[in-house]
Amino acid sequence: MADAEIIPLGTHGRPGRGTGKAPSSAARGLAGGTGGSRPVRKKKPAEESPVPAEESVVSAERASGDVPAVTTRERHPLRGIPAADWAAALDSAAKEVFGADWEPQLARFLAFLRRRLTGDYAVDDYGFDRELTERFFHALLRPVKEKWFRIDVRGIENIPTQGGALVVSNHSGTLPVDGLMTMVTIHDHTGRDLRPLGADLVFKMPFVGMLARKGGATLACNEDAERMLCGGELVGVWPEGFKGIGKPYSERYKLQRFGRGGFVSAALRTGVPIIPLSVVGAEEIYPLVGNVPALAKVLGLPYLPITPFFPLLGPLGMIPLPSKWLMEFGEPIRTDTYDAGAAEDPMLVFNVTDQVRETIQQTLYSLLMQRQSVFR
Amino acid sequence: MAERADRPTGAGRVVLVTGVSRDVGRRFARAAADHPAVERVIGVDVVPPRGDIGRMSFVRADIRNPVIAKVIAKEDVDTVVHLSVIATPGSTGGRTMMKELNVIGTMQLLAACQTAPSVRQLVVKSTTTVYGASNRDPAMFTEAMEPRRTPYGGYAKDVADIEAYVRGFARRRPDVCVTTLRCANVLGPRVDSPLAAHLRLSPIPTVLGFDPRMQFLHERDLYGALEHAIRAAVPGTFNVAGDGLLTLSQVARRLQRPTVPLPGFAFAGIGGVLRRARLAEYTPELRSFLTYGRGVDTSRMRDELGFTPTYSTAETLDDFASTLTPTGGRAVGLLDELERHLPASTRTQLKTVRAGAAPALSGGRHG
Repeated sequence: MADAEIIPLGTHGRPGRGTGKAPSSAARGLAGGTGGSRPVRKKKPAEESPVPAEESVVSAERASGDVPAVTTRERHPLRGIPAADWAAALDSAAKEVFGADWEPQLARFLAFLRRRLTGDYAVDDYGFDRELTERFFHALLRPVKEKWFRIDVRGIENIPTQGGALVVSNHSGTLPVDGLMTMVTIHDHTGRDLRPLGADLVFKMPFVGMLARKGGATLACNEDAERMLCGGELVGVWPEGFKGIGKPYSERYKLQRFGRGGFVSAALRTGVPIIPLSVVGAEEIYPLVGNVPALAKVLGLPYLPITPFFPLLGPLGMIPLPSKWLMEFGEPIRTDTYDAGAAEDPMLVFNVTDQVRETIQQTLYSLLMQRQSVFR
Repeated sequence: MAERADRPTGAGRVVLVTGVSRDVGRRFARAAADHPAVERVIGVDVVPPRGDIGRMSFVRADIRNPVIAKVIAKEDVDTVVHLSVIATPGSTGGRTMMKELNVIGTMQLLAACQTAPSVRQLVVKSTTTVYGASNRDPAMFTEAMEPRRTPYGGYAKDVADIEAYVRGFARRRPDVCVTTLRCANVLGPRVDSPLAAHLRLSPIPTVLGFDPRMQFLHERDLYGALEHAIRAAVPGTFNVAGDGLLTLSQVARRLQRPTVPLPGFAFAGIGGVLRRARLAEYTPELRSFLTYGRGVDTSRMRDELGFTPTYSTAETLDDFASTLTPTGGRAVGLLDELERHLPASTRTQLKTVRAGAAPALSGGRHG
């Protein structure tokens, strides 16, 4: 075999077309000067320069001082990159992220982005932003539901696929995490949006109130409850309220008083079924071992929790304990069999309230019996 | 629609309009004067109107003194349209004067109407501000609901008082058809109101951590509603607002205006600065509205009054936005630029996505 002939390629870092003597016209053009390259050659011959071509020319020109220099400083880091390059980068990134089906995915994402930026999306009467909730809130909460609390759901078939219904649940856990988890669980299993009813304090707090409305909540009052139920929404109430959520750890799984039964009269007036929901596991996420009533009063809060880790560990103490959750939806309690004036009969309202409360309490006990341990 | 036996006949009506020195009153009176069913329009105010008054005849009178009774009797007025309820003390010289004009003026006007047998109909422009705005509000106020907190002063208190006097008048003169229109915030290219001034600011100050829901009524729909109320003669109180709701963040994005969120206490402070600079005026009612927002149910307006606004809330805002120069919208510009450089196939996809999944914002009917 004959020796391979070596064909020189490139300029080996020297300006010009491989002669190594004079910078080519292209290189001079890059340098930005017209006649400036002549003195350069005299002062600093290219053969001696170990640095790459363009830079050497530029530094030489700066040294000579008579030619306007092109420096990296004159370029804005972002302005220099044309939008076409951004588009190309996005293009390849899209292929990377969305896979083969990237084009419609990207198109949908850009359309979504445009809608959000131009405000061209709809909110309903209560300020519910469905798009934001499903794309953002649920996406954030879903991993918590599946990986952290590992929620076990039973009796989901008791939730009607359409029409108004009232989900009544026990409330626990110092912060209303159980409400958020119930929302995302119901949405994932049935595709329906649970519309929670919140205390007026929720809507007084900045950010909390705003996010609650965007997430579909509204004030727990008869007007709103009946309006939502008439509109065929799936409404969620936690009748224990702050008494339930802020009860000490020693009283866990003991249902508190069920408000004044306002939720029952709303269901009776609209004739929608009541679905009792029992949640086990939420009691253990932030075990409330102490309370500072005086400070809570100053801050205008119903209670100021002290848990084994909060405020001891600061923000770390706000991470909920990874308890295992069980959620059981009970048989719907029908309210359309009562007379028209049933909602005005306090005795009947109390009876139905007790019936719902007892159902939830009994289910809580049986779920607790089935649970192996708090965290498993 | 309830036909009344003593319903005023369409032809040759004599309409008295109060508050014609301000734009809303003047424009309505002018339009009413051109209406074929109207014989004469008499505009009343303490100061002469600034613009073209058309065929309206202007009487310079103060509704706070009994002269107004003579005007009604002499001109044989059968329809009274009360529009002179003012929202801000700004131009009138203090809160005392504003209360005087609003409450005492209405009392005198109603007293004059009560003694005038010729009066057959009274239309009062009220406002949804009577419902207040707080964290305890239901999502949608119906006409039967009361404000959750009794207004302690200012415009809301004035309007509550005025409505109480109007109800009293309706009881004492059952033969007069009394219609009260509780109008949502009126917006339009020419409208000059505290809220319009607020939305014309750039950047728009907002209350940190709150995103109030808002409803708007187009200026033309306000005139339409007043005209409809006179023509239909349905007694009662009605909420009047465009379809749908927008949150303030949506409003700012649609106006392409940047916002500057301020904590609640700072928002109250900046109100004073802006008032001194004559840029905007924040009454306590407007402040609470910009914090908690408000929604009103308009099903009675549709079903009983039989009025349908031509502009939805979003369309009203778009019409208002057409007169503003956008000062923000940089993010949208970037998005435009980006989309222009996408490959052609992606752009076609984008077009189909946008055409297919256009959100139903303008069409949706809200009760």
